[in-house]
Amino acid sequence: MSSNHDKQLDYNKTGKDLPASYSKVGFALLGVGLVLVLASFAVDSLRASFNSVLGFTLLLSIGVGSLFMVSLEYIAGAVWSTPFRRISENLSVLTLVAPILAIPIVLNMHSIYHWTHLEVVATDELLKFKQPYLNESFFYVRSAAFFVIMGLFYYVFISGSDKQDKTGDQSITKRNIIFSAPFMFIFAILISIMAIDYLMSLEPHWFSTIFGVYYFAGTFLSAIATLTLFVLYLKDKNLLPAAINKNHLYNLGALMFAFTAFWTYIAFSQFVLIWYANLPEETLWFIPRMHNGWEYLSIGIILVHFIIPFGLLIQRKAKMNPTRLKIAAFWILFAHIYDLYSLIMPTYSRINNHENITDGNGPQFGWFELAFPILVAGIVMVVFGIVSKNKPLIPIGDPKLQRGLDFHL
Amino acid sequence: MSKMSEKLYSLSALFENADSIINAANKVNKAGYKKYDIHTPYPVHGMDDAMGLEPSKIGYLTILLGLTGLTLITSFIYWINVIDYPQVIGGKPLFSLPAYIPIMFEVTILLGAVGTVAILLIFYFKFPNNSHPLHDTNYMKNVSSDKFGITIESTDEKFNIDEIKSLFSSLGASKIEEIYYEEETLNFNPTILDKKFIGGLIVIAVFTSFSAYMHLNKLLYLPPLDWMSKQPRLNAQSQSPVFADGFGMRTPVMGTVAKGFIPYQYKDNQADASQFMVNPLEVNERNLIIGKKKFLTFCSPCHGNLGNALSRLRGQYPVGPTLHSDKVKNWTDGDLYHVITVGQNVMPGYEKQITRDERWSIVLYIRSLQRAFNANEEDLK
Repeated sequence: MSSNHDKQLDYNKTGKDLPASYSKVGFALLGVGLVLVLASFAVDSLRASFNSVLGFTLLLSIGVGSLFMVSLEYIAGAVWSTPFRRISENLSVLTLVAPILAIPIVLNMHSIYHWTHLEVVATDELLKFKQPYLNESFFYVRSAAFFVIMGLFYYVFISGSDKQDKTGDQSITKRNIIFSAPFMFIFAILISIMAIDYLMSLEPHWFSTIFGVYYFAGTFLSAIATLTLFVLYLKDKNLLPAAINKNHLYNLGALMFAFTAFWTYIAFSQFVLIWYANLPEETLWFIPRMHNGWEYLSIGIILVHFIIPFGLLIQRKAKMNPTRLKIAAFWILFAHIYDLYSLIMPTYSRINNHENITDGNGPQFGWFELAFPILVAGIVMVVFGIVSKNKPLIPIGDPKLQRGLDFHL
Repeated sequence: MSKMSEKLYSLSALFENADSIINAANKVNKAGYKKYDIHTPYPVHGMDDAMGLEPSKIGYLTILLGLTGLTLITSFIYWINVIDYPQVIGGKPLFSLPAYIPIMFEVTILLGAVGTVAILLIFYFKFPNNSHPLHDTNYMKNVSSDKFGITIESTDEKFNIDEIKSLFSSLGASKIEEIYYEEETLNFNPTILDKKFIGGLIVIAVFTSFSAYMHLNKLLYLPPLDWMSKQPRLNAQSQSPVFADGFGMRTPVMGTVAKGFIPYQYKDNQADASQFMVNPLEVNERNLIIGKKKFLTFCSPCHGNLGNALSRLRGQYPVGPTLHSDKVKNWTDGDLYHVITVGQNVMPGYEKQITRDERWSIVLYIRSLQRAFNANEEDLK
């Protein structure tokens, strides 16, 4: 690699150095996931379409969460995370891959989203009122705008970072910091729009002003968990510099811990206000989640999404222990899937049972629900492998890199 | 430097930058010293490792205290809301957990934090002792501005002034200093329990109470300070020697009327009210809004929001009759006004609560409700 800057670090590992088993597992997951997804559409297309919303929002979570992490590092001037920034960058490509999983949603728009039926909207005062926002063409425009804008920011951040690898130009860091500021603002609006469009509009009569933040909390949490898993894996395979030690792991653990508490705070804020005020137009979302077996799922989320990860990560030494971190990161990803399931599937249950919410139609689990998470896991692994092929696994040109490697608690 | 009455506390050294203090901490730790401490003007990363410190165990104490707080507050809330003063609020169960979670969280944090600080003060700082040998030394002044200091206590097993001095100089210390303290200022005689201090507090308390008492009970009643209170006039609710019954406060003369108030003249005579009373208000939006507001406040609990006897008191009081019956529809405005003013059957009069004009506004509003319930083709246009 030709470079004209003073490079102290002797490092030249790229995605090509990933072990063969990595891509084998990745492609296996991708293949199994794809087969399961196709089979699920063949068997029960309604259930599969609702699961596709889960798959799409899960992949989107990891993608935009990672892009957010990249920009967060620039804007906060964080040093400890600089050695991992390339991993976040590689994962943020998933933002641009996510539209592929939106295809089944678009194809099954009418079975998933109640408000796309114009004849229903015509007789429904509330939906008529919301029609200027909730209509199909504007929905597509918003989604397209989301991916175009995210793509532009992705290009700005990542192309700069790649160029810096070769030139070591410090002004690129400065430029990315400047772009991070508007990104934060635009990201906040866009992620709320995505959460409202794809998740909240499943129940178009319901609204919650905190919903965007709720989805964001899960998004960032799952992005950090994925990042942690990759850091641990690459470190295990000696693909990261030995200078990355328990101090760095501690910070990853601390972020997961903090955002577990943040998610709980947001989720509880949303629940307690609606529960306290007890207004029919707001409780309609929680009532189906508190009957017919869904109550176990809803109460279980406290355990799954708060108590277990909180307990796993509360100790100082737990945040430095790779095994414990690995368990916590896998668990948090599971908790995010669980969370998305509880956001999406009650609507499926209602539609599948023809609006009859009182007749025993509790949560259903089966291979249907596994199909999309497996596919997403495959996509994440394969895409990461492809993207990281031609560049080092750490941003070798970044002026903060050495300080990041030397980071001490 | 050393005085005869003082004891040696420690040997200290100052360093110029963070790297040299990390190095010094590392070397001192490796040399086997146990009782030493580092003072820096800002947190230096990596210090725990250099000093070979184990993670503090205080966190376990904090979580224990926090969980104690959680248990205490949960039992307290349960006792208040379920046992001592059970009251249904907003139709929710007596023990409704979601409402209590913020409080439970707060008290968990509160007891965890306050308890940790208290325990640190008592066990590490030996409260109420509030002095430390390092207080008010040049060493402390330096490390709290721009120097990095290390200090090895004289109680350390390996303490040997010459050895440590040579160790410090080999590490590049800029200033090596022995720190002495007066034994009696520490632990044995905390200033906060000093007899003079406590005595002073008592003297101040007695003096303040005495002077406040004298001021409020004696001084204010001496001339000329009492001139304002001793005026030849009658104070409210006091006795009067002028009247035979001794009451200072008098009822108004019979037949006195407040300014702008017209007494209701048909109190016992609904027939006349029906015949002669005419609604003085014109039908306009303002009057109807006032009427609606007053109707919803005073009438709707029994008669229902639309006057159709759909009471929201759920049978806990007699349900008011509908205002859309033929009887009420055929009443004149005067009848309605009369009933609102003096009441009827179990309905009390509202003369005291609702002013004259507002009562007429209610009459207007009831008329508009009646018309709305029986709208004809013309009204819909």
